[in-house]
Amino acid sequence: MKTRVLVPSGALGLNYDKVALYNGLKQKPDIIAIDGGSTDSGPSYLGQGISKYSRASTKAEWKGLMEAREVANIPLLIGTAGTCGTDTAVDWFLKITQEIARELNQSLKIVIIRCSQSNKEVINAYSDQKIEPLPNAPELSIDVISRCTNIVALAGVEQVIDALKEKPDIIIAGRTTDTAIIAALPIMRGIDPGTAWHGAKIAECGALCTTNPLSGVIMVEFDFDNFTVEPMHVDAKATPKTVSAHMLYENTNPYILFEPGGYLDTKESTYKAETNKKVRVTGAKWNKSDKYTVKLEGTILTGFQNISITILRNNRYVKKAKEWADDICLQCTKLIRCRLELDDHEFSIELRLIGQNASFGKLEVKKATLFEIGVMTLVTAQTQQLADEISQMLNPFLLHHPLTKSEELPTFSFPFSPADIQRGSIYSFCFHHTLKLNDPLEIFRKEVINIDQSL
Amino acid sequence: MTKVYDIVESVRSKNAGPFWLTIDIFCGKQNAFKVLCKNLTNKMISDIFCINKEQIQRYEIQTLHVIKFSLPRPCVQGSPDDRDMHGATWAELIYEIDISAY
Repeated sequence: MKTRVLVPSGALGLNYDKVALYNGLKQKPDIIAIDGGSTDSGPSYLGQGISKYSRASTKAEWKGLMEAREVANIPLLIGTAGTCGTDTAVDWFLKITQEIARELNQSLKIVIIRCSQSNKEVINAYSDQKIEPLPNAPELSIDVISRCTNIVALAGVEQVIDALKEKPDIIIAGRTTDTAIIAALPIMRGIDPGTAWHGAKIAECGALCTTNPLSGVIMVEFDFDNFTVEPMHVDAKATPKTVSAHMLYENTNPYILFEPGGYLDTKESTYKAETNKKVRVTGAKWNKSDKYTVKLEGTILTGFQNISITILRNNRYVKKAKEWADDICLQCTKLIRCRLELDDHEFSIELRLIGQNASFGKLEVKKATLFEIGVMTLVTAQTQQLADEISQMLNPFLLHHPLTKSEELPTFSFPFSPADIQRGSIYSFCFHHTLKLNDPLEIFRKEVINIDQSL
Repeated sequence: MTKVYDIVESVRSKNAGPFWLTIDIFCGKQNAFKVLCKNLTNKMISDIFCINKEQIQRYEIQTLHVIKFSLPRPCVQGSPDDRDMHGATWAELIYEIDISAY
């Protein structure tokens, strides 16, 4: 059965074109699916279990989609709700959905998929050797797992299909692969899985696979062993080149994509222009694996950080900025060891010279004549109190440190008062691993919530 | 001196998850693709990133005139020494490679 999936944009929070969205509705989609996040903005969001995008933007864009869903009378699905897809992010997103439902007077059946995992259960799985590293994975241990602030497992199509079987109006999924939310309905309705996953990968970032990436909205129509992709904006075109090039995007291998339960192989795929803005794709293969695995993501707290910005404009100091910065690190480190009685591994100070090496550090090879340098100072320690102490000890150096003892005390620019800024807790990703499951639904939790406005 | 930016359409660098970096060089014309396939070696890439050249995956995609390199991220995304959360700026180091000497 032909299945049409309308994708409004690469992520909720990036905005979409309303006219293009309603152009899409005219083509009678079977579902609207949108991604809500990824790891791409770094570990802090998963670390804290929060959204990267503003609540007001999320609400405004989601409201537009909830209105479109009601007009079309089809399910609306979001994956990786609230950027990181933890239970806390899902709850935040559910609350927004309930608020909108009240405002629009919509009675709804909502299905939630929860993907957060407890430290204890992940430790058990690790002890039972169900967790395996992917290439270039960090070292894992029971200690690391026990210190995780959040752990999520990435759901695939099986968990989304299980939610779709409830015939919901809305699905709010925790962490899912970007593609699973698009591939689920086609696979449920009998589309060849290779075709479904390939179409999903092409559509995962909305109109990024077209000539007009900012236009957002695209339609993927799945037939049994082929799919078409077409942007819904009048000024956007999908061409064989723009579509096939999307397999490269954020993917190490341009032909292979690993997903829960197997991998997609697009080596034999062909991309043909159907019209001047629509492309038909055939030939992808799905290779089912013997065991069912899902990817894990997790974060540990790595410390507390303060930063400050100092600006050097004096010609002599700009020329000798590295020497100046190195000397500050040396002298201040001595002071910290002595006054705070800390060992070197308990704190770090780093001065990055903006204009000289801030982008690449030791990988930088370029040298240019500068007249101004920004000094970004990073202080990291095990507690916020220590980060504050060290940051305050650094302050007089960053303000007045002279290149030689025999010169008049210089004063550098601080753009702010206080000069330093608390960044608070900082996090690191600690998993690049898979978890083996006996049953795809084993560790994911489904909830059904009915909202009835007539009550 | 010919640099990569003199002959290609664009270079894109992106995270492929927090632990890998992937670089797509869109050569545009067939000739630029041919020149880069021949002159841009894995050794040049490994030297820039100070890694072992065996760690680099290389793909030459004739249909798109793209050369793609995937490599372990020079530092894990978001780790204390990371300087670019989205990994996009590393493309600049590729643009600046001198390919005339080969």
